[in-house]
Amino acid sequence: MTTQEVGRPRRRKEDARLLTGRTQWTDNLSRPGTLHVMFLRSPMAHARITRVDVSGARGLPGVVAAFSGQDFEAEQGSLPCAWPRSGDTVVPDHPPMAVSEVRYVGEAVACVVATDRYRAADALEAIEVDYEQLPAVLDMNEALGDSSARVHESGNRAFTYRTTSGDLDAAFRDAPVVIDRTFVQQRLIPSAMEPRAVLCDTDGDSFTMWTSTQIPHILRTMLALVTGVAEHKLRVVAPDVGGGFGSKLQVTAEEVLCLLLARKLGKPVKWAESRSEGNLTVHHGRDQIQHLRLAADADGRIRGLQVELLADMGAYLVLLTPAVPLLGAQMFNAIYKMDAYEFACTGVFTTKMPTDAYRGAGRPEATFGIERMMDELAAELRMDPLEVRRRNWIRHEEFPFTTISGLTYDSGNYEAATERAMALFGYDKLRAEQNDRRDRGDPVQLGIGVSTYTEMCGLGPSRWFGDNNAGAGGWEHGSVRVLPTGKVEVVTGSSPHGQGHVTAWSQIVADALGVPFEDVTVLHGDTAISPKGLDTYGSRSLTIGGIAVLKACDKVRDKARKLAAHVLECSPDDLEFEAGAFTVRGTGSQKSIQELALAAFAAHDLPEGVEARLDSDVTFDPENFSFPHGTHLCAVEVDTDTGMVKIRSYVAVDDVGKVVNPLIVDGQLHGGIAQGIAQALFEEAVYDADGNLLTATMADYLLPSAADLPDFALDRTESPATSNPLGVKGVGEAGTIASTPAVVNAIVDALRPRGVVDVQMPCTPERVWRALEGARR
Amino acid sequence: MPRITVTVDGIQYEEDVEPRLLLVHLLRERLGKTGTPIGCDTSNCGACTVMIDGKSAKSCSVLAVQADGCDVVTIEGLGANGSLHPMQQAFHEEHALQCGYCTPGMVMAAIDLLRDDPDPSEETIRQGLEGNLCRCTGYCNIVRAVRRGAQEMGQAVRTP
Repeated sequence: MTTQEVGRPRRRKEDARLLTGRTQWTDNLSRPGTLHVMFLRSPMAHARITRVDVSGARGLPGVVAAFSGQDFEAEQGSLPCAWPRSGDTVVPDHPPMAVSEVRYVGEAVACVVATDRYRAADALEAIEVDYEQLPAVLDMNEALGDSSARVHESGNRAFTYRTTSGDLDAAFRDAPVVIDRTFVQQRLIPSAMEPRAVLCDTDGDSFTMWTSTQIPHILRTMLALVTGVAEHKLRVVAPDVGGGFGSKLQVTAEEVLCLLLARKLGKPVKWAESRSEGNLTVHHGRDQIQHLRLAADADGRIRGLQVELLADMGAYLVLLTPAVPLLGAQMFNAIYKMDAYEFACTGVFTTKMPTDAYRGAGRPEATFGIERMMDELAAELRMDPLEVRRRNWIRHEEFPFTTISGLTYDSGNYEAATERAMALFGYDKLRAEQNDRRDRGDPVQLGIGVSTYTEMCGLGPSRWFGDNNAGAGGWEHGSVRVLPTGKVEVVTGSSPHGQGHVTAWSQIVADALGVPFEDVTVLHGDTAISPKGLDTYGSRSLTIGGIAVLKACDKVRDKARKLAAHVLECSPDDLEFEAGAFTVRGTGSQKSIQELALAAFAAHDLPEGVEARLDSDVTFDPENFSFPHGTHLCAVEVDTDTGMVKIRSYVAVDDVGKVVNPLIVDGQLHGGIAQGIAQALFEEAVYDADGNLLTATMADYLLPSAADLPDFALDRTESPATSNPLGVKGVGEAGTIASTPAVVNAIVDALRPRGVVDVQMPCTPERVWRALEGARR
Repeated sequence: MPRITVTVDGIQYEEDVEPRLLLVHLLRERLGKTGTPIGCDTSNCGACTVMIDGKSAKSCSVLAVQADGCDVVTIEGLGANGSLHPMQQAFHEEHALQCGYCTPGMVMAAIDLLRDDPDPSEETIRQGLEGNLCRCTGYCNIVRAVRRGAQEMGQAVRTP
């Protein structure tokens, strides 16, 4: 009898290496004779390059080569944008190394290749660059004005996008309540702990690149398209990758340039960024101005929602830039029913680092907007914020439910999650304490923040990607091989960077094949080993990649059944599969999957049409997204004298469908909640008026430490997804999506009696204090 | 070029080093001790934390010449005879790591904070880990792991 593995809190197989330092971070790796690359980066936000002279660097001790953008002009191609979702999207030429113009601080203008990184750093100082300064373009509203300087010849508008459902005019006409608010989603720096690094080696006409990436498969194809290196001559390896959160979902200038350098020099080259270089040049997240209008009846029922976004693209469109804000197009209506909905977005070029996917990508922004509006509606109607949500959300018995923006939510139970969260939080008691503090005029006020969210998770059905003008689909690959000795080797196209695929996939396979958990290993992240895949982002690993592996197990089992029937001389229908063995019903004679693997390897006596070896190969494409949901409640104490915000308690009840490994699920939620709280309270990428990034180091960009965060209380409800056989929904982004509005709603709730209706993120003590001062006047 | 003598994980090395060479680069690039990663260049993240003469230090903020004559322990020198140190084991049990990049430094900092307080409260642990950043875990499980590690280590001391 084997134990059920799916659902079990298994300790991770990945940990042993990571805990003892036996890791393969890209910067740990080296090839004989590896040369070090460093880039000279633009100190100006916008300038014409009039001269680059690298001759001073050449000939310095240890320097092998130095190049300017001009040296790459003929071969460097343009960095790709793979998802120009709106038909009118302008995709400007984007050279990996600037040739004639720079458009953000940090853009590479020259590089040095040297025998070690210290020599390379020395040599950068000897490169001379003359710039003719051009006006920086920083503010999105100004950028769209007629008098603004242009980031690109074509202007500063990257795209416009609009979608409407229902009669918006009718919804707003004579509406008893109209809420009108503008929210700012500040620019964030994803800040994976491992800085990026690239090592590229060549044996003459073929190349191997080790890189800290989430997307080895996509990267390989894109590098081939950009540089002309033949795809079959290029192997991309993502070894241990130290976090991503979207920031390593990219085809970077440095990856392209390292490939070109390895080709030019015929030698292995390595680049490892410093954090201050990374903050300038790893794509940023968020950065939207959201104008929302909501019309409602006097009883709180939503009639219509109008969303107008400005989304900062930065200076160029990188892999998914224009699609990220548009992922919110179907999410602003969230879990609520309404008669009319309009979403409009303008993408704007500015002279800043490009934005792209960051944990949640478009969905945290949308959830923030609608969840802030729900609290504002509740305040306007003097109603409990949970009551106003209850009156509008899709009821349990209404699933599957097609929303006004056209998604079909398959399953969910908002009532159950909310009730459980309220109980765990002690909602009524905290409300009583809040009233008491208000009555006493306590300088420390208590605020309670609510966020009831859903997300379109598990990106995604290929058909949907096609309908939305993406360059690729959303399938995933899995393959399962039962080795001659009965051990199982799994190959997944999903490329993890901390999510625990090896452990979770082992659990899935152990159950599906009836083999011990310890007998399964999982290979990933190397295009030579895992030839097919679309990698890891958008909480798609388990819901698509894990399911591909499950389906590969099904296929292996089907093959094993044919073989067992042949060996046991019975019909396949007479066989029962349990605990890893096929038994002939009623006789007790059986063959284990391990015995069958050996027989399939030996191939001495295979039935007609059955090939040697017990293995399989599957791609899985989901029919729909999955829709995790949950209720997050946050209590904050706000010191009205100083503006200091302290999180007193945080409760999250999430429904992520079936859970494969509760330890991993809780861990992902913890991390996600922390990142969302960090947006609410701490983090912001700040540029000065000239376009210099003032938060280029970790000393300036405030990431929360253990001392800044509370413990989180987690619980779960379970509504299995119907779009995959495991019923899993995905969890990677849920915490981040839910937590930011919960925290800001709590802060505003604490201060509302004093006239505060909004505090712009991050809600630093100064911002909170100023909001209070502003309300007092 | 100054010559230094430094003991790392029990092995003594003699190295000629440039005065500007950082200890972390000596460890990683000259001695092959890549278990200690680099996360920032401002000593804010703590990923490169090692023990120098028994006290935790951020090895990106120490020059190799300053380690002359010192005893350095990295994550690769922790634990004995192939078994994990109780703090490493506690991190595993509590799922206190995801990508694992901050983990070596976090484990070192955790062990060091127990020198001052072998039985720390949650508050003490959170304050004690302030100099080590993690982007994956939200710290909940790290705090639990340090509690657990402290208990295990305390028991190890009490039961000879």
